[in-house]
Amino acid sequence: MHASVRPVLSVNIPPIVTSAATRETSAALSMRMTISKLNFFYGSKQTLFDVSMGIATSKVTSLIGPSGCGKSTLLRTLNRMHETVRGARLDGEILLDDQNILAQDVTSLRRRIGMVFQRPNPFPKSIFDNVAYGLRINGSKGPISEAVEKSLRHAALWDEVKDHLHKSAYELSGGQQQRLCIARALAVEPEVMLLDEPCSALDPISTAKIEELLVQLKDLCTIVIVTHNMQQAARVSDFTAFLLTGQLIEFSPTPQLFTTPGDPRTEAYITGRFG
Amino acid sequence: MERHFEKDLNELKERLLWMGSLAERAVHQSVHAVLDTDEQLAKRVLEEEDAINELQMEIDDRVVQLLALHQLMAIDLRFVLAVSRINNDLERIGDQGVNIAQGALRILRHPRVKPYVDLPRMSELVEEMVRNALNAVVRRDVELAQSVLATDDQVDHYRDQIFRELLTYMMGDSSVVFPAFELILVAKNLERIGDHATNIAEDVIYLVQGQDIRHPTVDRR
Repeated sequence: MHASVRPVLSVNIPPIVTSAATRETSAALSMRMTISKLNFFYGSKQTLFDVSMGIATSKVTSLIGPSGCGKSTLLRTLNRMHETVRGARLDGEILLDDQNILAQDVTSLRRRIGMVFQRPNPFPKSIFDNVAYGLRINGSKGPISEAVEKSLRHAALWDEVKDHLHKSAYELSGGQQQRLCIARALAVEPEVMLLDEPCSALDPISTAKIEELLVQLKDLCTIVIVTHNMQQAARVSDFTAFLLTGQLIEFSPTPQLFTTPGDPRTEAYITGRFG
Repeated sequence: MERHFEKDLNELKERLLWMGSLAERAVHQSVHAVLDTDEQLAKRVLEEEDAINELQMEIDDRVVQLLALHQLMAIDLRFVLAVSRINNDLERIGDQGVNIAQGALRILRHPRVKPYVDLPRMSELVEEMVRNALNAVVRRDVELAQSVLATDDQVDHYRDQIFRELLTYMMGDSSVVFPAFELILVAKNLERIGDHATNIAEDVIYLVQGQDIRHPTVDRR
């Protein structure tokens, strides 16, 4: 921080609208997705119980909770990745822009709701082709190289790779590969991006880069992140959902959840007393 | 790489500086209500107190959020802790200003006890301490903070002198006891404001150098 000029004497204190104090308090948010009474089963075992929550547009929503609480399962239902698991079944309703995602074509749904996984999973192709891939299979019109550059810039990777776009993606570091996967997801301009513990395989600096990226990306798309690192949820998200044994215990604006949680179980978890 | 909490830290600093300006203003107006026999100034201080109190709570909320959400380290951590303490001192300075303003309203009901000589000097010195302490926060200026610490003895000296002089007047003429006593309280409040400015200066040294100089006799080796 640099020194600033002290304000002149006045009682007319200008309010700061985009402040930490008001990071998320507005009640008039629009919801990109709405989850209602979601129950989920692997075979006969139920792993989510009556989960209802909204995913606010252009915000970062994080899902936290101890291992096995159902946070990844919940995330995966949002673009129907659970359908790749035999015996998985859900009931309830998930809406994307007020339309039931279960009634849609799954391929086009997954174009609208992109996903980034725990371990970076670039294709065995060049950096350029990794990002261009989604554009090509979606029959994108317009110059591909411009779209690739745009996505790489949005993923804060462009400056690091612009001089060797045709090298293999495997030559990148883990953190760069993960940003490449984010660029690949961004290329098809999804409305929602799901991230499943995107930093768990990364070192602290790469993690910090991804976190800063997420904060910037929310202007572009709505973000839902699963993290077992609650400090990460605190740092990057606007809303936090705490899950425990398949139940949504608390869902609040992040500053509220981490300073004055409403449920004693949330308090015990975020203060490290269990979990 | 700029971290997004830096924006929050900058906003916190800005809000603290507004708080500082309001506290300074309360001191200046309340003392001049006495010195210039200006009842309106005193009333204005009372009206403006709410703004200081609101800002104090807002700054506290911001501090709690930054600490809860961002795992701050080193200079960032010291900054937020210093802001939390300075915020308290500024609110107390505002309160002392209110005390002086209330005293002023009572003093103004009486004829002037004596021409004011030391009181204006003392108040100028105290206002300068507050101003310099806040400038030291903005510039992270240890030397300026130390000059604030060095001024405190002079302020105490003025307070003693004003006490002695007014006691003499009170002993000589019982009709001035009430306003003279109120003036002693004004000097006492000013001295307290000086103490809060001193606290702020100590926080600047903590902020910049990480050293806690509040209690030099405590051996922390």
